[in-house]
Amino acid sequence: MSTKLNVLEHVMVPDHKIMSEEEVSTLFSTYKITSEHLPKIYHDEPAVKIIGSKVGDVVRTIRTSHTAGIAESYRLVVKRPKK
Amino acid sequence: MTPEQELVIDNESLPVKTKEQLKKFLAEKNISDDQFAEIIERVNSEYQSTRIEACEAVGVIAAQSIGEPGTQMTMRTFHYAGVAEINVTLGLPRLIEIMDARKEPSTPTMTIYLEPDFGADRDRAREVSWQIEAATLQEFGDITIDMEDMQVVVHLNSAVCEKRKISVSTIIETAPRKIRERRHYRDFEHESDEKDAFINFMPKNRESYQNLFQLAEHVRNVIVQGIDDIERVVVRKESGEYILYTEGSNLKDVFDVEGVDTRRTRTNNINEISQVLGIEAARNAIIHEAVSTLNEQGILVDVRHIMLVADMMCLEGEVKQIGRHGIAGEKESVLSRAAFEVTVNHLLDAAVANEVDELSGVTENVIVGQPIQLGTGDVKLIAKPMN
Repeated sequence: MSTKLNVLEHVMVPDHKIMSEEEVSTLFSTYKITSEHLPKIYHDEPAVKIIGSKVGDVVRTIRTSHTAGIAESYRLVVKRPKK
Repeated sequence: MTPEQELVIDNESLPVKTKEQLKKFLAEKNISDDQFAEIIERVNSEYQSTRIEACEAVGVIAAQSIGEPGTQMTMRTFHYAGVAEINVTLGLPRLIEIMDARKEPSTPTMTIYLEPDFGADRDRAREVSWQIEAATLQEFGDITIDMEDMQVVVHLNSAVCEKRKISVSTIIETAPRKIRERRHYRDFEHESDEKDAFINFMPKNRESYQNLFQLAEHVRNVIVQGIDDIERVVVRKESGEYILYTEGSNLKDVFDVEGVDTRRTRTNNINEISQVLGIEAARNAIIHEAVSTLNEQGILVDVRHIMLVADMMCLEGEVKQIGRHGIAGEKESVLSRAAFEVTVNHLLDAAVANEVDELSGVTENVIVGQPIQLGTGDVKLIAKPMN
């Protein structure tokens, strides 16, 4: 068997990090937004499971961007809706 | 450039890439502080002027910027991706496929990178490809239909088995199991012998020739080695290492194969990427696929337009198509949805559900004849009356 797949190591997956409460509140105040304005990420995503974040957390993803080099983006962890 | 100047660059609020380019450009140069200050000022003002203005209709610009070059794409292209015989849909059909977020592309393919010690050696790369390429039972031996005893006899060729690194006992175990599980055919019994390397399959109904031939068909085509969805594998040497190209895609199972580099291996099936690697990887995959499809046709579209499209498609945590079942169909405004496709249905449903239109978007305001809330239309001026 090969080494267990670690999704975060894949070149297409950016770094995911859980944001602390202070970071989240400064994020909301600088952009004057609330959590519902953020893009979403489902709670059962492989990357979300690895970093161990729960529903309601805000995850910071550090993308390698074509234009800026490194760009940060934020996603709110939500429950996957039942089909 | 002095270390202090470098620190100044680091503290500027510029994109990382711009900072790096600036540092690289100034690295060997001797600049006075005055000159340096002016450079920083000019770079900053240049950066500010390239930023998109507030209230700019970026979506419309992206739509035009992708749409116009799209008209110049060929309607039907089949391209052999530089690899012998592997056929990949490209051009306009592929672009539509990406934007429609199809569950499966019409020609799924994978690019499998190998771990360093497998990728350097042709024979070891070939061994990995056998673990991946789906091989049917008929490739491992002779299959004959014994009409007299009403059975299908399989004589395994142990030389072939050895060459393809699969033991006779594994085949004896997997073949009947796979016929039951994968091909959903259960009306048979089997007996086998490992030493003589044969398997006999007997249909439960011993009276019908039709059943016997049906069983023989299942026995011939049952996949005993490799991953079911991957029909063909081509080994190719590229920049010093062997890479596998496949026809068919199954990311999850390929990741479990020994020797596969789980960091670089990719597929063109975006839906599969979103399930195995997550939404962020899907976003990257959409950008990569769209850019390479456009560039292959010699069309240069700024990556920011494609990034915007990919961001919109991945906004809600799963890949959504651009169209009435995805982004356009989930707009808040009734009039905006009705203006896009299936007008009557949307208006009727909205009337039944007593929906209210806030008239905040562009389309709605154009319909009712108000100024749109974009650009100068978004700015509201309140005049204080003079006494």
